[in-house]
Amino acid sequence: MDLASAKMIGAGLATMGVLGAGIGIGVLFGNFVNAGIRNPAAAKTQTGNLFVGMALSEATAIFALGIAMLILFS
Amino acid sequence: MATESPLHQFELVELIPIKIGGINASFTNASMWMLVAIIGVTVFLTMGMRKHAMVPGRWQSMAEMSYQFIANLVRDNAGSEGMKYFPFIFTLFMFILFCNALGMVPYSFTVTSHLIVTLAMALTVFIGVTIIGFVKHGVKFLHLFSPAGVPIFVMPLLIPIEIISYFVRPISLSVRLFLNMMVGHTMLKVFAGFVVLLGIWGIGPLAFIVMFIGFEFFVALLQAYIFAVLSCLYLNDALHPHH
Repeated sequence: MDLASAKMIGAGLATMGVLGAGIGIGVLFGNFVNAGIRNPAAAKTQTGNLFVGMALSEATAIFALGIAMLILFS
Repeated sequence: MATESPLHQFELVELIPIKIGGINASFTNASMWMLVAIIGVTVFLTMGMRKHAMVPGRWQSMAEMSYQFIANLVRDNAGSEGMKYFPFIFTLFMFILFCNALGMVPYSFTVTSHLIVTLAMALTVFIGVTIIGFVKHGVKFLHLFSPAGVPIFVMPLLIPIEIISYFVRPISLSVRLFLNMMVGHTMLKVFAGFVVLLGIWGIGPLAFIVMFIGFEFFVALLQAYIFAVLSCLYLNDALHPHH
């Protein structure tokens, strides 16, 4: 197969990496809401940690997407 | 219809070509937008505090809130000894925030979407924190790699893992910011191409682009905050290596 189609297939396969990040972010927010319902007063102090965790797991999704872009456009 | 690659927006354009010796030290569009960001931060803070009233007006409130936000961040994550490094963390945060936000202006250039820019900042933090650790604790700084309360037979496995994850820090710090900015803007360009391609049905990608631009603003803020938080955490590791 020629290079252009191989690039397309490679980029498509690389996008599967965002699956893990989706699960991770879902678990994180689910645990936060769960604990927030039990202890609403403490939930406000933990929103900072929530966003830090979200950005760190989202970074893994962005890494996968970045590799896909790299394969597709160079 | 001429289509250009979505990566075309990241190309450097030399505005004022300057050659010193054999080095190309031109004033590029990246330099110009960095200058705009610095002037923006300076104007925001100095003009905001011009009235220095006891009961702050709107602009002074914003300037004071940004100071308070980072001061609390540094104090919570690096302790009161870390407050010595507050000017550095504040400069880092405001510069990255303004660079990211200015990238959202149409037809502008996102400075932090180049790996060399984010790598320079992340290496500054990493090398600075390592030097601070060695100056403060001497050779005992290496105790950072052997956490307390670990049985002795696990150590030969744990110490190489700790050392590798320590050296991955500047890479992950820089690549996280760089990829977030680059991928965000590339996706906007790709979907903009779809809008033109689909003609009347381009209303779908257009709605998605509107939502995604909102998300990009949030990511711009969040990534600046994450860079500052992680820098404070690494500083905390250097100042108190015994956890």
